Amino acid sequence: MGKINGAQMLIKCLKEEGVEVIFGFPGGKVIPIYDAIFDSDIRHILVRHEQGASHAADGYARATGKTGVCVATSGPGATNLITGIACAYMDSIPMVAITGQAETNLIGTDSFQEADITGITAPITKHNYLIKDVKELPTVVKEAFYIASTGRPGPVLIDIPVDVSKSLIEENVKVELKLEGYKPTYKGNPKQIIQAAKRIFDSKKPVIFAGGGIIISEASLELADFARYAKIPVITSLMGKGGFPDEDGLSLGMAGMHGTKYANLAFMDADLIIAIGARFDDRVTGKLSEFAKNADIIHADIDPAEIGKNVKADIPIVGDAKTILADLKIRYKELIDKKSFPDRDDWLKTIKNLKKDFPLKYDKSSRGIKPMYVIEKIYEITKGDAIICTEVGQHQMWTAQFYKFSQPRTFLTSGGLGTMGYGLPASIGAKVGRPGKTVIDIAGDGSIQMVSQEFATAVFNKIPVKIMILNNGYLGMVRQWQEFFYNKRYSHTSIQNSVDFVKLIEAYGGVGFRVTEKSQVEETIKKALSIDNVVVVDFWIDREENVYPMVPTGSPINQMLEFE
Amino acid sequence: MNQNHIISVLVENKAGVLAKISGLFSRRGFNIESLAVGPTEDEKISRITIVVNAETHSMEQVIKQLYKLINVIKIQELDPSNIVERELVLIKVSADNNTRAEILEIVNIFRANIVDVAKKSLIIEITGNSSKIQGLEDLLKPYGILELIRTGKIACSRGSKK
Repeated sequence: MGKINGAQMLIKCLKEEGVEVIFGFPGGKVIPIYDAIFDSDIRHILVRHEQGASHAADGYARATGKTGVCVATSGPGATNLITGIACAYMDSIPMVAITGQAETNLIGTDSFQEADITGITAPITKHNYLIKDVKELPTVVKEAFYIASTGRPGPVLIDIPVDVSKSLIEENVKVELKLEGYKPTYKGNPKQIIQAAKRIFDSKKPVIFAGGGIIISEASLELADFARYAKIPVITSLMGKGGFPDEDGLSLGMAGMHGTKYANLAFMDADLIIAIGARFDDRVTGKLSEFAKNADIIHADIDPAEIGKNVKADIPIVGDAKTILADLKIRYKELIDKKSFPDRDDWLKTIKNLKKDFPLKYDKSSRGIKPMYVIEKIYEITKGDAIICTEVGQHQMWTAQFYKFSQPRTFLTSGGLGTMGYGLPASIGAKVGRPGKTVIDIAGDGSIQMVSQEFATAVFNKIPVKIMILNNGYLGMVRQWQEFFYNKRYSHTSIQNSVDFVKLIEAYGGVGFRVTEKSQVEETIKKALSIDNVVVVDFWIDREENVYPMVPTGSPINQMLEFE
Repeated sequence: MNQNHIISVLVENKAGVLAKISGLFSRRGFNIESLAVGPTEDEKISRITIVVNAETHSMEQVIKQLYKLINVIKIQELDPSNIVERELVLIKVSADNNTRAEILEIVNIFRANIVDVAKKSLIIEITGNSSKIQGLEDLLKPYGILELIRTGKIACSRGSKK
């Protein structure tokens, strides 16, 4: 039988895992791996900074549901991946990150470009490996993909010393998956589900709280089916957006710090919260001791550690959102068939009135360009049929509020880690994964400058993403906090005239437009979407526009600063 | 309310596992009181016995988080009323011709052993549970304890009485 080297074995294993694309950046300790990539038909997207590779792999994973793969060299290459790995970890995104490492006999000697990347990434990976013997490689790759993509997904890092990449190994090896300490639970306990169905049946004022778990487990149809059948309003988290159609009559949109007032009021008034694949982050609950005091909580999550972590669960269910929702509907229907539909007209009327009385607002008559207006136009023009990525900050919250999402995997945003600079590389990954879709990064002028080198990646690899910069010349979210809570002392948040974004994208070979008049907004978006190239549109928006409503940190979520 | 919890963790015997476990404790803000680790009857598996002072609720959270580590196979929180716990301690105590005999007597009462004798000191080896060790330590203190080294607690739940 023939022998191949470790790097060739790696590529062979990646192909067996169905990997079609790798995002990466070469360096000394991964030259053997790049040499193997050279002969392979796996597509490689060369980024301009390793952070771009990990975010792009993340965007690819979120848009397709497949595991994203990124590669970097040892030392600085590996440490540059970290923000993207941490971001994927916080949002439970399946990713395999492969790093080069110094020769096994040099590990621990502070050799050139050596970093203890398995040590560094232990808190931000689901699992990681340092391969010391090429014989371990096939098993490790198989385990890594299995761990990354099952249960609560997350990033797994594989650190490969360069001599391991060069060592020879039998080409045909049989790999057996044996993970004694890892057995995720998918099926919810039937007794708990029956109990949950009964509690829902008895509830006068229930709400469903749908988190990112809905998207990850592909449960949006089951969610819509159950919510509509049981006539229960649905609140989503930021990560849950797209898991339930925003335009549905039962939708209350997003709750929390910048959530809709009606979602927050509904939370506080509910007598039952049915949380599915959500983790009650502090940005959602506000002051925890005041959160939903009248409500019992049914908490379903695939990760038992999330249940009871922040809020006490009255009925915990460990399992996969999709199967739990399907089972829940069956059990609920049994009750309905025996009895009748519970009368919740009053509650649904209350919800309807809340939505009518407290809609999201902004100054529509303004002559300047309001960011919300731009987002509404992007929604109208795309008819909601696009993948929307964001960076982090005001523009992210406006997008969550004013773009109406109806499909899962169409809203890619850094929820947990809140990573500025996520959107552009993520949009590149998303477009690679779903080339038929329009992919738009709605960005701020601050965030985009953290990763603007990735314009080169997009143009060079002909990945025609569209970047809509809501440019206010500020690090806007921090400026907003300074305005509200720091007496308008705008310490280091003005970044006006940093760069001419039109010239910048042109320098990279893309197309740029600047929009300074409200009347140009619509036609420019249309034009940008019609061009088969990377396009940046630089919208000069009202500089001191704020995100409303806003729950100040430490306040209960029904105490909101509102648009006057 | 904070109290001591003894947890017994079975892990795969691989490089880096201990670091992942201790890292998880520090990351979540827990201080480990003691930690003992060694291979089990199966050399591929190690047992880590950890004593942590924590609230019961946060202890539950830590155990759940520990379960998420891929190399962790099984976790048991031991019920202090139904276990045999032991710790081995070496105590180097000042001893001269005047005090040696007294110390020997104390050592005998505690069924401890003298494992080293020098002109000005003795090393005493004792195994037992916390209260026995504490008792010996208290009695030896007046003579001057020069060094005290503990292995950390290990524990085994008692067999079924039925």
